[in-house]
This record gives sequence, structure tokens and C-alpha cells, in this order.
Amino acid sequence: MKTDLSPRMKVALYGLMCVLLIPFVFPTWWMVTSSVKPISDIFAFPPDLWPRRFDFSTYAQVFELQPFARQYWNSAYIAALVTAGTMLISSMAGYAFARIKFPFSNAIFMVVLLGLLIPSEVTIVPLFQMFLKWGMINTHWPLILVPIFGAPSVFATFVMRQFFIALPVELEEAARVDGLGRFKIFWTIALPLAKPALGAVAIFTFLHSWNLYLEPIVFLSSTQMFTLPQALTQFTDAYGGAMWNIQLAAATMTAIPVLLVFIVAQKQFVEGLAHTGLKG
Amino acid sequence: MSLPAEPMQQKRPFWTMARRDAAAGYVFIAPQLVGIITFVLVPLGLVFWYSLHEWNVLASTFNYVGAANYQMLLADPNLPSVLLASAIFSVGLVILNMSLALLLAVLLDQKLRGLVVFRTLFFSPVVVSLVAWTIVWSFLLQNNGGINGMLAMLGIEGPNWLRTPTTALISVVVVQVFKNVGLNMVLFLAALQGVPKELYEAARVDGAGRFKQFRRITLPLISPTILLTSIITVVGSLQVFAQIAVLTQGGPGMSTTVLVYYLYQQAFQFHFFGYGSTLSILLFVIVAALTFAQWQLRKRIVFYEN
Repeated sequence: MKTDLSPRMKVALYGLMCVLLIPFVFPTWWMVTSSVKPISDIFAFPPDLWPRRFDFSTYAQVFELQPFARQYWNSAYIAALVTAGTMLISSMAGYAFARIKFPFSNAIFMVVLLGLLIPSEVTIVPLFQMFLKWGMINTHWPLILVPIFGAPSVFATFVMRQFFIALPVELEEAARVDGLGRFKIFWTIALPLAKPALGAVAIFTFLHSWNLYLEPIVFLSSTQMFTLPQALTQFTDAYGGAMWNIQLAAATMTAIPVLLVFIVAQKQFVEGLAHTGLKG
Repeated sequence: MSLPAEPMQQKRPFWTMARRDAAAGYVFIAPQLVGIITFVLVPLGLVFWYSLHEWNVLASTFNYVGAANYQMLLADPNLPSVLLASAIFSVGLVILNMSLALLLAVLLDQKLRGLVVFRTLFFSPVVVSLVAWTIVWSFLLQNNGGINGMLAMLGIEGPNWLRTPTTALISVVVVQVFKNVGLNMVLFLAALQGVPKELYEAARVDGAGRFKQFRRITLPLISPTILLTSIITVVGSLQVFAQIAVLTQGGPGMSTTVLVYYLYQQAFQFHFFGYGSTLSILLFVIVAALTFAQWQLRKRIVFYEN
């Protein structure tokens, strides 16, 4: 509804949006500023929007209390592997369901879509038993294999299929007349055109893996193997009380890099997500 | 596919275009299909099989008991409270999330400068690590934390948010809404921008006010997006776990013990794998039923141009 707005209306809208922004922006601000407050100031009254004293030792303590660098690496490489694997498998499957005629393709697509109805929370008990049998408990395999093949990848396949359906087929027809094989066509023609959809799939998949919490606490038991979300909850004193400033320092280190990447690439990020098959 | 398969040839080779295509199709979908069978469908079968057993890992018992776990489920004194907490959480989350997302999308669809900055900021919690986000809110919602501190400056004594049954559940909902509303906001915004401008002009000529335009033009045209996002949001709301684990551990009492959290406790804290599996089946039935119901609703409320 793009109509020209009166100046008074504009001020009102800006004001409304600024108020609405508070719960979206303030927590991140509070996380960063509180992470450099000494523990004695952390619950100071009135609350300090800017630290009255700085204590940067919290960041060093994060690495002393936990093998935090190792945990960081765990989360990063798992998310990278899951993202790459999902992009490959879901773009292949999505392409085939959209483009290639083969017997039972619709029936198989329905079976695959069933995966959307079965989040891994439903199957966590048998998955635990399966990985126990395969000797993969306290390894990263469950966190890599289940997302690549489970419900999140089904969603990715759905997005890719919607994209390929909407992609004009003429470009590929020409290549087929020239005798190019299916895989060659997919890899050299269709996939490069699918960059926007692949970008959206990559973002969704990365964030999903990066945020996983139930699976790590079920499958992992040693701190060396922990992922970041799990590690973040471990900063407690001998009585189980949270060491807030240290915990917030760890949370800041977890959140800020992804946030910075997002701010730099926000256009591709947001528009990539918006212009996938999700429009219905 | 519509190409004639070399009609002039006398002897047709076995590997016709169509056959080669079919083979390629199966190769392309094979990893996904094998994965779904191994990591989704077989486990679903297993979880049903387990649900028919009394299985305590600590006591290493595994006995077939038929429907006994399901009778136990119906008689479980905790079940009403668990289902109620799940229902309040999901309904509250979906209503708040969808309406706030729509409001923000409409605001961002106006003719104003600098909206990209606002869009970026509203979206930013989506990319903040879920547990980091939840920890900050947990810190803010402590009895002597930031929110009550600010309320106190205004002369208001805030409740102990996470230790009072009613406010604990509301807090978990609100924390989750602000975390993810940006996603639906962006999808709604794309849908709003897809509505043809001429329709509004025509409506204005006919004398329809802003509100009427929104109700009669905008809402019907973006209804497919509303349906899709509502399905995703509902299914997502039933999977909430980390937020509960970090903010309240299901408490105080059982006021925030939603179904997934209860299932986790039964299976992995109390080691009742059989009963945990029964709760998994319940979760599956609820997810499937809600998705099916929303899909059916599509025919009645979603508007399609053709």
C-alpha cells in the first residue's frame, strides 16, 4: 500500500518502529555490554546501559573454563559440512522432482515430504538407539547425518524443487539437443542458475545446524565434543548458579560473527529467503 | 522429454532418452530417499514398536506390553498440564508471531526512507544463536535483572518472571516471538510487494478506505503465504526445546513443561524409553493432525487467482 504519507504520519511511523525495535535490538546490546562488566556490577541498580567499569578478563575465562576454541571449531565444521551436504543432496533431488520424468516420481516425492511431518524430536529415541548400536554416541556423526537427511533437508528439497519448476526449461532443451547428459546439464546449466535458492537453503541449513540443542545434549557427553549451544549453558559455579558475565562473553563470541556476516550481506540474505519457493 | 526419440532409426537402443532420464532421476533422488528411509521412516517405525514395550534402560528391561503405555498415557496425571502448556505456548506463539510479522511487514512496505535499516534490525535476532539469545533473556528476566531494574526506575515492581507459573510461560513465548518473527516478516513483505498496485488504485477510485483495502485486497492476495508460514510456525512451535531448557527447565512446577520437554525428561532423564516413545507418537500425531487440518483449511480460506 504505497501511498504518499503526510509528514506527521511519517514521524508517527518512525516513532512506532523505533519503539518496536527495542526488544529486537536491546538484548544484543545488553549481552555485549554486560559481558565486559565485573560480576559485582552485573545486577547493579539502576541498570547501566554502558558499563561503569570494564572487566575484559571474562573473555579469557571463557577459554579457561571450557575448551571453547575446540567447541567453536566443532560447531563451525559441523554446520559447514551439513550445509554443503544438504545443498548438494537437496538440489539434486529437487531438480529431479521438478524436471525429470521417472516412474513413481510423485509417489516418492510424497514419501519424502512425509519427512516434514516427522521432526527429529519425534524420532530422537530410536535415533539414539541406532547411533548407540553403530558406536556413534559421543561422536559428531548424528549431528551431521540426521540434518543432512532428515526434516531440514526435506524442506531444502522442497525449496529447490519449487525453484526449478519456475525456471524456464528452454536453456536445458538446447543443451539436450546437443547431447549433454543429465548430470552435465544439472551441474553446468541448472545449478548455476539456482544460486538464489541455494543461498536461501544454505542460510536456513547453517542456522538450523548452528542452533541445534536437543540433539547435542542427547548424543554428546564429553566437553571436548560439545557444540557451542551446549557449551554456553555450562558456565556455572559450584552451586549451579550462572556465571553471568562469563556466560555472556561466550554468548557474545557465539553470536557476533554470524551477526556481522549477516549485516554485511543482509540484502542477499533477506531477499534470498523471501524470493524462494516460499511465496506459496 | 517431449523430444521424439529418434524415430528414423530401425533398431532402438536399449538406453533410449526416456530410460536414461529415468535412471538419472533415480540416481539424483537416491541419496535423499535412502536418507529419509534410514533416518526418518525406519526410526518412525521403531518408535512405534518401542512404544509397545516397557523399556527401562537402567533396569535393562524390554518387555512387550501391547497398549499398556498408551493406557498409561491416558491415565498420566501430568498429561493435561503438559498438553495445556503446549497448547498455550503454540497458540500464543502463532498468534503473536503472525500478527506482529504482518504489522512489521506492512510498516516496512510504506514509502519511507531508511527502511532497509529497520528491516535489518528487526531480522537480526533470527541470525543470533538461539541459546545465546535465550541466555540474554534469561539474564534480563531474572528477579533482579535488567527488565525489573528498568521497571523499578518507573516505580513498578515487576514479577519474578521465570519463577511465577503464568509469567514463565508468557516469557518463553515472548522470547521466542522476538527471536523468529523476522523470518515471517520477510516472507510477508515479499508477498505484500507482489500485490499489483493497480488493484489499490481501482479500490481507491471506488472509495474504499485503507482498512477496507487491506481486508479485501491485501489479505486475500497474501493468504497463500499466510497459510504456508502458519504451518511452518505451528510445526516449529511444537518443537520448542532449547528455550524451555535454558529459561525454566520446565518449571516452576510443570507450568512450562511442553510435550517435547516432557518427552526428553521421560526418555533421557528418567530413562523410560518405552513411555518416551509413546509420547513421541503423540507428538507425531499432533503435528500430522495440525498440518492436515491447516492444509484442508486452505480450500476454504485461501484465495487463488485462478
